Amino acid sequence: MRSGMIAQKVGMTRVFGEDGSHIPVTVLKVDNCQVVAKRTDKIDGYNAIQVGVGLAKVKRVSRQMRGHFAKAEVEPKQRLHEFRVSEEAFIEPGAEILVDHFVVGQKVDVAGTSIGKGFAGAMKRHNFAGLRASHGVSVSHRSHGSTGNSQDPGKVWKGKKMAGHMGDARVTIQNLMVVSTDLEKGIILLKGAVPGAKGSYVLIKDAVKDDAPDEAPFPASIKTQSIEDTAAQPDDEGAVSPEVIPGSPDGVSEGGTSDINAASQDAGDSGGADAESDGKEDDGDEVSS
Amino acid sequence: MNIVEEINKGEMERISQERPIPEFAPGDTLKVHVKVVEGTRERVQVFEGVCIARKANSINSNFTVRKISYGEGVERIFPLYSPRIDKIEVVRRGKVRRAKLYYLRDRRGKSARIAEKIDRSSKKANAD
Repeated sequence: MRSGMIAQKVGMTRVFGEDGSHIPVTVLKVDNCQVVAKRTDKIDGYNAIQVGVGLAKVKRVSRQMRGHFAKAEVEPKQRLHEFRVSEEAFIEPGAEILVDHFVVGQKVDVAGTSIGKGFAGAMKRHNFAGLRASHGVSVSHRSHGSTGNSQDPGKVWKGKKMAGHMGDARVTIQNLMVVSTDLEKGIILLKGAVPGAKGSYVLIKDAVKDDAPDEAPFPASIKTQSIEDTAAQPDDEGAVSPEVIPGSPDGVSEGGTSDINAASQDAGDSGGADAESDGKEDDGDEVSS
Repeated sequence: MNIVEEINKGEMERISQERPIPEFAPGDTLKVHVKVVEGTRERVQVFEGVCIARKANSINSNFTVRKISYGEGVERIFPLYSPRIDKIEVVRRGKVRRAKLYYLRDRRGKSARIAEKIDRSSKKANAD
């Protein structure tokens, strides 16, 4: 497992492929991506390397962190992140990882923090259809409608999709293709969009669902002296990332499917086998209030 | 210069070196040679018509060409920097007073004509 890299999102543009096709690309900048520390199974209980990127003003870095950076003999970093690596893929602290760590054509996963949308209604947040424009609907054209059944079950299922905070969550986009890399400028072009606003930091790793290409430098593409930066696909990745992938077919819910989902979740939570059966029964007479 | 602009500029230069882009403006009659892939073969198809609009937006620049094909108006929007375009030829310069000639859509025949531009500076334009 190779390390990943931290990059800054610059923006999006388009490039034209050799066959004349149009490729939408996200521009990512990698600024001085260096290994800052090492975590080993022996000492820490897991294998990882800590990677830092950017340049932080020394006076804004705490004493403790200054010591941490000094240990690795690197300049203070703006962003730090640990990447799980396999034992062979360790890179010595101080080594700088270069953008050709990722090979053109390879697939990568990118994790970032999505743009915060604030408190969003059900239409924006869950793609609900809202209510009708006429036929007696008053004031509540963008509301979510019914939230469930009547006296039985007499409650709103946990996990019911409603209005609430949207965005500003960790999002991972999988299998983005590397279109090109610019070693001199430290730029990576990825096909497609990447979570987050311009200027936000994102994590790039080898795709979990695709084999890393053989020609990819192992353990990393390192600036002259040492080795560093091979991608890690920590297991926690999948668990932490919320399933906020927009456009997922979460069916503009009308009782049926979402109720069953909610019910089964509920069963897991509260161990209520009856909760699940309730959900099924309700399907028949799901006249909403 | 910001990085995205730099990338765009590089792309634009690369493409316009391969295929020079002539000077042209709305009102001009153009012959656009488009590469068309048919099965495994690639050939060049010519689309000739009046340029009715140009959008200037770095690498996203495009232009619209309108022609009457078998009595039916046809418009095509070409990305200016598309590698699919083999060549752009200016057939005739038109004298128009707006940047977007959308009014041509409502016109037919005689009223849809555009006068040819004959001015002193057109010597340079005719050269290319």
